[in-house]
Amino acid sequence: MNILETESERLLDAVRGLLARKGLVSPAEIAERIAITDAASPGQGARMVAKAWTDPAFKALMLEDGGKAAEALDIPMRGTPPLGVLENTPEVHNLVVCTLCSCYPRAVLGYPPFWYKSAAYRSRAVRDPRGLLAEWKTVLSPDVRVRVVDSTADYRWMVLPMRPAGTGGWSEERLAGIVREGDMVGVTVPNR
Amino acid sequence: MGGVPKFMCEAVDIEPHALTDFDREVDAMRQILSAKGLMSVDELRRGIEAIPEDQYHRLSYYRKWIRSIADNLMARGVITEAELLAALEEA
Amino acid sequence: MFAPGAAVRVKGDWPEARGPVHIRTPHYLRGRRGTVVRLLGAFPNPEDLAFARPAEARALYHVAFGLGDLWDDAGGSDELMVELYEHWLEAA
Repeated sequence: MNILETESERLLDAVRGLLARKGLVSPAEIAERIAITDAASPGQGARMVAKAWTDPAFKALMLEDGGKAAEALDIPMRGTPPLGVLENTPEVHNLVVCTLCSCYPRAVLGYPPFWYKSAAYRSRAVRDPRGLLAEWKTVLSPDVRVRVVDSTADYRWMVLPMRPAGTGGWSEERLAGIVREGDMVGVTVPNR
Repeated sequence: MGGVPKFMCEAVDIEPHALTDFDREVDAMRQILSAKGLMSVDELRRGIEAIPEDQYHRLSYYRKWIRSIADNLMARGVITEAELLAALEEA
Repeated sequence: MFAPGAAVRVKGDWPEARGPVHIRTPHYLRGRRGTVVRLLGAFPNPEDLAFARPAEARALYHVAFGLGDLWDDAGGSDELMVELYEHWLEAA
């Protein structure tokens, strides 16, 4: 049998042990990295969206350079890929997918959700995006152009959704509370 | 995976799935190996693509990753197959 | 170099047929015509990075395609935008 076909947990134990013994990766480093990764969540992206909805200068910065905008809100971006931000408008709705693997703006949205990594999502998004959106009961007017963004290379992409009607005068914190993970990938739109 | 006919009629499972300790640990190990220059994310992807198709669709996301990580560490000589075999026997 | 608005064609090449490779240009775009949206920057060639070889920086573009130009069963004004490296593009 090919050694790589070893049961996964045993393979992890063996690799972890070897890397520790060689002084390359310690168990403490792994624990620390897990803690840092667990701390990133869609709440970070939601804060950016809410700020963009209330502060035109921040929105301009976010569309120009998502990474700088994230850092302006103290979201750690060091060592992460460039972050591009796609603005939804009354004319264009953006939908992000990675057909080749599962590239995802993890620094601002956290771990990719299960569905984002699935073969069904990755296959359907670039061919029948409106049919795919129906899985989330998201229905767009035929007048709106769907722009599917296949994240193939060095950028990571997040969607800046449109601010829902009826939220005038809301605080940034309250606005951030209605922005969900899917809104920033483009499978859903925020509701008040 | 874009537009692949066999998945075009497959429903998307949109329910949340919690990550396991195994998943988190493999994810963290991948990040550390990249940060230390021991394996790039491109090498990870190459290793995942090298998994035969029948096994690719059977293995979970992070089970593919640990397999690719082991593959790449051996390809680079960071660990040898003999060392890995010995470590597997101890484990 | 390609300017925004330039008409391009993705090379109809299949290096997969010639041996082990890692390619970031999706299969479904090979040989297809699109339009350059903008230059995103220059990044080390992933085709070399994937094999731990020294990797030259390559220009990376955002390129737009009409969905109806890619699939018989898609249409309308919906579109696709993809990051593609310069060495996969030719003037169309």
